[in-house]
Amino acid sequence: MSKRFWLFSVGFIILVSCSKDIVDQFEGFRKPSHFPEPSYALNNNPITKEGFELGRKLFYEPRLSRNNTISCGSCHIQSSAFTQHGHDVSHGIDDRLGKRNSPPIMNLAWSPSFMWDGGVFDLDLQPIAPITAHEEMDESVANVLQKLKAHPDYPKLFKKAFGSEEITTARMMKALSQFMILCVSANAKYDRVKQGKEIFTADEQAGYTVFQQKCSNCHAEPLLTDFSFRNNGIAIGTNNDEGRYLVTLNPADKYKFKVPSLRNLSYTAPYMHDGRFYTLDAVIDHYRSRVQNTPNLDPSLQPGQGIAISDDEKTKLIAFLKTLDDKDFITNRLLSEQ
Amino acid sequence: MKKYVFMASVAMLFIVSCKKDVNDTSDESELVPLSVEFDNIVGGQNLFLNTVTYTNGAGEDFNVSMFQYFISNISLRRADGTEYVVNQDSSYFLIRESDAATRFARVKVPEGDYRQLSFILGVDSLRSTMDITKRTGVLDPSGGMEDGMYWGWNSGYIFVKFEGISPSAPVDPSGQRKFRYHIGGFGGYSAPTINNIKKITIDLSASGIARPRKGRNANIHLMVDLLKIFNNSNNLSIATNPTVMFSDFSTNIANNYTAMFYHDHTEN
Ligand code: HEC
Ligand code: HEC
Repeated sequence: MSKRFWLFSVGFIILVSCSKDIVDQFEGFRKPSHFPEPSYALNNNPITKEGFELGRKLFYEPRLSRNNTISCGSCHIQSSAFTQHGHDVSHGIDDRLGKRNSPPIMNLAWSPSFMWDGGVFDLDLQPIAPITAHEEMDESVANVLQKLKAHPDYPKLFKKAFGSEEITTARMMKALSQFMILCVSANAKYDRVKQGKEIFTADEQAGYTVFQQKCSNCHAEPLLTDFSFRNNGIAIGTNNDEGRYLVTLNPADKYKFKVPSLRNLSYTAPYMHDGRFYTLDAVIDHYRSRVQNTPNLDPSLQPGQGIAISDDEKTKLIAFLKTLDDKDFITNRLLSEQ
Repeated sequence: MKKYVFMASVAMLFIVSCKKDVNDTSDESELVPLSVEFDNIVGGQNLFLNTVTYTNGAGEDFNVSMFQYFISNISLRRADGTEYVVNQDSSYFLIRESDAATRFARVKVPEGDYRQLSFILGVDSLRSTMDITKRTGVLDPSGGMEDGMYWGWNSGYIFVKFEGISPSAPVDPSGQRKFRYHIGGFGGYSAPTINNIKKITIDLSASGIARPRKGRNANIHLMVDLLKIFNNSNNLSIATNPTVMFSDFSTNIANNYTAMFYHDHTEN
């Protein structure tokens, strides 16, 4: 792991030193100092300005859908921290509804698996799922490649990014990954406190203590998730989504979902894999008093009792959660449609 | 960490199983062509898509709209027991009934007399988890939902796709009585799950050993009887299981279809 990162840094230094004048202010991938090593194989996809820009263009490209109406950005909207704000489950092509809530495109370089059930194990393979899903973009990757080849700009952009005009599945996926890898959210107040640049208010500090006692065993710092799959006791949904079980077929995984990050919650409502809670109030009330004893409930949660949190602690906890909002992330021009 | 250990053991298995050919010092430029032909049939009849009605062991009528599968990791064993493993990068084939040209898996091997053929029905786990740049040709996951051989939502290849119409199947939302068998599962990436990768080994000595030679094209002609999907060690009924995809039940079908292949003859 550390060797991989070391290689990457060397690569990065070379990249920077070779192209000082072209790269300008494009910084490539920078690991925030208080973050762990990323799990994405950066050495298999060296991030360049041209690759990133192509990826960004593809991310906002409606030609990725059957009737050229839906882009990745339709369901992953920057101002909502790349979620589909206001939709409990995703809303795709021809107004078709999916079965799950759009998660944020955020800090994915650290994510060892993707989707609420972890069904995708490599970010480079992830876009195939929405492109081909009937209720999302309802297209085939082969058709998308045809559309891109016929487009006046894309062959040139692929050449800039990869050295030739050839447009392949792998190149398209690598470019999309370059964009998504750079969707790093690490400049919330919480991060500045961690880096010693700011301090919490008294309420935030008290809320942080509550968080560390009651939430961080699953929503682990600094990414605010430990990436494990767990059942947090929400009632089984009407569509009986069995979560992680669908991928492993292991009965012990029924109703487990990936622990989501708690960053940018102010922008990402509604919450949970099916968007059933509209407010943080409702989420905390769930943990306080509505934990259901469904199969494979996480042992750290007591059915019926849940996690003891007083009203005062709740207010402070929410104050702390707000310090995880990263305004820079949702307004960063570099990540917007150009 | 657990993931790496798990992956490492998968990799180990492969290294171990590939080790056999280390004593093979064949020079790449000396290789000669050999093809393996996959001739799809239904019991005693040739397979025709859509037009012909067949009957399975449960007495259910059906016709076939799609039948396609991955063949990979071809290897051949000589009379003296030594084995030649075809270069893995050139050892992936998608046999599709709808395209006659795909019925041949064409490989290059050293001249020799081969008594046994082995291949994987499916895609090995190592390749199933490789970087996307290593997934070219038939492994390119760019197919659509209809004839594609890849699950986007649960990263992995579909090894065998078999679909058709049967009066025994219930009416689906599109108004058709369709049955769909999409069988895959390479064992899981970070957590173990079903593994439907099947190694098939076929003895050629009874119906003709393969003698590939320079300037000729030896062809091992196999019959692939899709009725075996319904009836082998497990009996499958369309009425009871009209749709089988990624599920525990799929392992029954995979155990059945290992018996599809038999050697008819060899053209040397
Ligand atoms: C119709 C809405 C929709 C579209 C269009 C869409 N997505 Fe998503 N995306 C979702 C939903 C819903 C999920 C969660 C699915 C699940 O867990 O089963 C998701 C999950 C993801 C994830 C996993 C995030 C994580 O933390 O696990 C990534 C990455 C992603 N999408 C990228 C993309 C890309 C790239 C595109 C364009 C090629 C795209 N999405 C198009 C709705 C959409
Ligand atoms: C036992 C592990 C566990 C503990 C403890 C836990 N959570 Fe969760 N949390 C989860 C899981 C798993 C989910 C996703 C569940 C789902 O969608 O089905 C989740 C979802 C959430 C969400 C929704 C996020 C989104 O983007 O949809 C919020 C908010 C949240 N938790 C806050 C908290 C807070 C605050 C605490 C402490 C009071 C806490 N959690 C304690 C496991 C846990």
